[in-house]
Amino acid sequence: MLSIKNLEAGINGKMILKGISLEVKAGEIHAIMGPNGSGKSTLAAVLAGRDTVEIRGGSVTYMGNDLLQMAPEDRSKEGIFLGFQYPIEIPGVSMVNFMKTAVNEHRKHKGLPQLSASDFLKLMREKKEMVEIDSKLANRSVNEGFSGGEKKKNEIFQMAMLEPKLAILDETDSGLDIDALRIVANGVNRLRRPDNSSIVITHYQRLLDYIVPDVVHVLYDGRIVKTAGKELALELEEKGYDWIRKEVDNQN
Amino acid sequence: MNGKSEVSEFFSRLYAENIGRIAEGSTPFINSFRKEAIEKFNLLGVPTKKMESYRYTNLESFFRHDYQSYFIPDVSHFRKAEDFRCDVTDLDTHGIVLMNGFYPTINGKLRELQGGIIIGSLNEAARKYPELIEKHYGRYAGNDSDGLIHLNTAMVSDGVFIYVPRGAAPAKPVQIVNLVDSDQDTFNQHRNLIIVEENARCAVIICDHTLSPQRFLTNAVSEVYAGENSSFDLIRVQNEHNNACKITHTFIHQERNSNVTSSIITLHGGLVRNNTYHRLNGERADCSSYGLFLADKWQHVDNFVSVDHASPNCTSNQLFKGVLDDVSTGAFNGRIYVAPDAQGTIAYQKNNNILLTDEARMDTKPQLEIYADDVKCSHGATVGQLDNNALFYMQSRGIDKRQALLMLMFGFAHEVIQNLKVEALRERIDGLVMQRLRGELSQCASCMVKCV
Ligand SMILES: Nc1ncnc2c1ncn2[C@@H]1O[C@H](COP(=O)(O)OP(=O)(O)OP(=O)(O)O)[C@@H](O)[C@H]1O
Ligand SMILES: [Mg+2]
Repeated sequence: MLSIKNLEAGINGKMILKGISLEVKAGEIHAIMGPNGSGKSTLAAVLAGRDTVEIRGGSVTYMGNDLLQMAPEDRSKEGIFLGFQYPIEIPGVSMVNFMKTAVNEHRKHKGLPQLSASDFLKLMREKKEMVEIDSKLANRSVNEGFSGGEKKKNEIFQMAMLEPKLAILDETDSGLDIDALRIVANGVNRLRRPDNSSIVITHYQRLLDYIVPDVVHVLYDGRIVKTAGKELALELEEKGYDWIRKEVDNQN
Repeated sequence: MNGKSEVSEFFSRLYAENIGRIAEGSTPFINSFRKEAIEKFNLLGVPTKKMESYRYTNLESFFRHDYQSYFIPDVSHFRKAEDFRCDVTDLDTHGIVLMNGFYPTINGKLRELQGGIIIGSLNEAARKYPELIEKHYGRYAGNDSDGLIHLNTAMVSDGVFIYVPRGAAPAKPVQIVNLVDSDQDTFNQHRNLIIVEENARCAVIICDHTLSPQRFLTNAVSEVYAGENSSFDLIRVQNEHNNACKITHTFIHQERNSNVTSSIITLHGGLVRNNTYHRLNGERADCSSYGLFLADKWQHVDNFVSVDHASPNCTSNQLFKGVLDDVSTGAFNGRIYVAPDAQGTIAYQKNNNILLTDEARMDTKPQLEIYADDVKCSHGATVGQLDNNALFYMQSRGIDKRQALLMLMFGFAHEVIQNLKVEALRERIDGLVMQRLRGELSQCASCMVKCV
């Protein structure tokens, strides 16, 4: 589904991703862990099409297409969804209008007719219940004045509305209380299908108890320095990143 | 002879040539203001950029022009006004059309509504209700340093008169549609007087339009009296063509416990300068002053707002926003004056602007003059681009860039529109702003006159 080869990228002339290779097959869940500043969000931004990240080398293929040539909105319509680590507040744009526009763009892309106002509201109600999001939030401007946890739940709500093929969740678990964590995890699991995949960026093993990954990667200083099964998350939780640092340093 | 006096000379001459006819059509009381006013105008002239409050607006391009006519009404001119029907179907109003600043004679010059409410021609009201006119006319138009106000007082003939007596409230808003239409380049003036007595309520919508492509210069003065416990809402929607210059001076005088909102939505116009003066003259008076403009090409929109806290415990709020495209320019000057004994004042001001190109330009300037110590006052101004993070966020959900830009601009504008007190108009203006942002609203008079 997704094939990243030797990806190198930087921001403002500073090298951040220093040769990343990653294969995600249909139906798989990959977890990416790694210390602060190692480049996890930068990788997510590249996949979603953020143009402030400069691509220096390598390639990304998604469903057989050159992902790096696609506009962000086309990536979305082709099934990529990024759950932002820091969701953006958009004053003056209501959640309803935002989602209605997004959903209808997706439908247009698929050759489906626009949803009627009542069908749209029905869909919205359904998904809101699924992620147990407060009804009132949907009547406000996008993320404006939402609490940290509410913003994260709102990302999952949007994901549920758009039903992506490849979801990239950047620390969607950070800042969530125990109940919210369960809700978010359930949201992800419910969308799980044999042909859908997820990349879950997290600092905590906790989330991976709910969303069990097939593969865990450690991103360190712009490189994937370790890839293993779900037990790697437990080991990291226990021992931290120091041993990985040492391993990497010894190799150099 | 220097440039300033040359420009002003034209208008002094216009006065000399027309004052006979103008005075003939007006009452002695209205005429009694004219001589002193033209003397003051001759002294002050047309404001130039040397004047602090006109620093960012160059009136020359519109004032240095030989206007062919100074409109003196003839019944034939009013045919269009008579034909005019507002197309805002869900907007049920008491409609008044001013043609080139004059009240058409056709349907009777004054209308009396239930509760003693009077709407109609100011010129006619001066004859019929001299005691009301004498009590209020010329009392609130108080900025002595702006020559254009004096020019209006010196030569104006007509405009709209609205009287809402104590405790009364018209069942629906009053809508004034200002049409300018001529086959010659024309200079127009009109004068409105709105009296909302104690415990009365009233909403007034003013729509500014141009019907023919000629060059127009309009200099309009409105005086509003809002009595004790009264409530008054003014909404002005401006949609003139690029060859038109509109200058408005609105003076709103508020007594105790009165509530006033003023909103100016500038959709289109070559050069627009709106001066809004709020005087909070009695305790616990509250005013909100809103503005939104959308400018492109080489348009210029300048809002000057002055809030005068003359009494204690009053509250005021200014919110002005602008979206500037192409090489358009704009200015905002927000003055807050708090008198020495106006303790307990709360005064807010916010001015946010978005520049869509590198060439667009916005000048914004707060002007705080605070002489009391128990005052809560805040002001903030921003001039910036659209938020790229928000743009990317929307794109990442499948919304294409053009649409995302539109939604962001619309959201930005809506913060002002949501405050409009007439609900049907709110939806209508949302629609017009959307059209404007899409670039579909560029003709003259396409707003409420012709667009549906
Ligand atoms: N706009 C920017 N300008 C300069 N440096 C940047 C910019 N954005 C990110 N960086 C740098 O890139 C590096 C990687 O950042 P990134 O956000 O990808 O880390 P991360 O792995 O997601 O960290 P965290 O776990 O804290 O979220 C950091 O050193 C960061 O400071
Ligand atoms: Mg991050």
